[in-house]
Amino acid sequence: MTVVLETRRLQRNFGAFMATNDVSLQIEQGARHALIGPNGAGKTTFINLLAGVRPVSSGQIFLEGKDITTLPSHVRVKKGLTRTFQINQLFADYTPLETVTLAMLEREGVGGSLWSKVTGHGALVDEAAALLSRFRLAAVMDERTDRLPYGKQRLLEIALAFAAKPRVLLLDEPAAGVPEDERHEVLQIVSDLPSGVTVVLIEHDMDLVFSFASRISVLVAGAIFAEGTVQEIAANPGVRAVYLGEAA
Amino acid sequence: MSLMAQGAIRPAAEDQAEQARARRLLQRRSAIRFFEVIIWIAAVVAIFLLPSKMLILTEIAILALFAVSLDLVLGFAGIVSLGHTAFFGVGAYAAGLFARHVVAEPVIGLIVAGAVAGVLGFATSFLILRGSDLTRLMTTLGIALMLAEIANQMAWLTGGADGLSGFSLDPIVGLFPFDLWGRNGYVYCLAVLFISTMIARRIAFSPFGLSLKAIKSNPTRAALVGIPARRRLIITYTIAAIMAGFAGALLTQTTSFVSPDVLAFHRSADVLLILVIGGTGYLYGGIFGAVGFTLLKDWLSVVTPQYWMFWIGLLLVVLVLVGRERLAHWIEYMPQRLSRLREGGR
Repeated sequence: MTVVLETRRLQRNFGAFMATNDVSLQIEQGARHALIGPNGAGKTTFINLLAGVRPVSSGQIFLEGKDITTLPSHVRVKKGLTRTFQINQLFADYTPLETVTLAMLEREGVGGSLWSKVTGHGALVDEAAALLSRFRLAAVMDERTDRLPYGKQRLLEIALAFAAKPRVLLLDEPAAGVPEDERHEVLQIVSDLPSGVTVVLIEHDMDLVFSFASRISVLVAGAIFAEGTVQEIAANPGVRAVYLGEAA
Repeated sequence: MSLMAQGAIRPAAEDQAEQARARRLLQRRSAIRFFEVIIWIAAVVAIFLLPSKMLILTEIAILALFAVSLDLVLGFAGIVSLGHTAFFGVGAYAAGLFARHVVAEPVIGLIVAGAVAGVLGFATSFLILRGSDLTRLMTTLGIALMLAEIANQMAWLTGGADGLSGFSLDPIVGLFPFDLWGRNGYVYCLAVLFISTMIARRIAFSPFGLSLKAIKSNPTRAALVGIPARRRLIITYTIAAIMAGFAGALLTQTTSFVSPDVLAFHRSADVLLILVIGGTGYLYGGIFGAVGFTLLKDWLSVVTPQYWMFWIGLLLVVLVLVGRERLAHWIEYMPQRLSRLREGGR
């Protein structure tokens, strides 16, 4: 198997606080890799470093063998790495259709075109419509994003990342805050992501983690506490003590 | 069974219907709206119906162009500027100096003035990329104030506090002289306003324009769909500076005079006020605002010559309290409602 995403001795501190402490991690092509850990373990910070939302303090990040440690996030997206957010980060006054079309225009490198019309890129508009119906957003494609039910916004959050055709997708708690009756829809979408896309998932919902992930890394106080297959992690007494023990 | 596979075997007709709907919805976004047609027809009809009002209409057209250029920066790119008159003033001086020392034909002068303002916009755009809204306010204000002082000090070139005069413009493209009633001047300004607004409109509905409002709405996410925000903002700021330069040049050319007032702070403030009145982010706010502001100012300065500034200030306070969105929304909603009906009836 080839390693698609790798970190070497990654560190990030906020003052004296080590949010990410010496994390070396290898993620294989097509993996379903879950990142778990108690609150404040530094999971979101780690995702922020990977996606380029925050700069690293030291260490390196490699995407498909190339050092991307210092690249700005919009360049990482072009190279196939993008993320979703735990709390929706959407364009409030855009419709889902505009949002997804925008991401596709950028993906195809025509986002800077001053003189063409958005509707002139008809194939992309068709693709956007197809993506929206796949993500069960077709019926609301013309609603303002900030007026959508929360579950739909979560779906759009994932659809928007997916529109960039990432090879590595970082999902930060995709089901967080979704009401129970909309939850299965989000989980279904997550588990149906195409197998060619490598997915790194942060999640508190253990059912989702154990049904979805092929490998799990446990993060405690910014450092990797344990790593292994789902069975190994489930059987690890240390993990049970620091994390699962609390949850059970 | 995977959902993606379901997507592939979904009835093609259903997918096609969604795609056709998506295309129609995006087309509706950029459709020409009713009020757009009305405002341009009214502007043209005014040439014939209001021959005695050419000077104030010229003033409105120039102010509208200036406000449309600020809307690109403020309403689309989300950059608050307190010094937009830097580009207006530089365009005004460039047009005056060019007419006096090089060529007195207005259209060439207009293009030169736009180019000079554009170069300044490009150069200063790197300063406004840094920092927050407050830093941007101070930076833009500072640049405009510096330019005003430079124009004041370089009296050998700009005429200093006396202003720049002693030049007259040739007929427009060699055919239409600036007449005493200001009719040709108005037609000329209106033409420049129309062309510039149409260019701005084209940009607003391009992929570039779509990405601008995304940067404004959520810069973090914009970066994560791959938008290079810095480059987009630099280009927008430069284009807006060119248009503001055009507006300044029009003022110079229609009055054959450049007052140091073109770089004064109140011009930057006025143009912001115009956008507060007319609304931001749909380009025509600048035009509606310029009409409203100029007529109001004109009327108030006749009714209460000493206190008209007070009433303008009061209006501003009311607009901010009531929320301009609520007042201006009927304009944005009306044509959408019509097309929604059509959409429902499909």
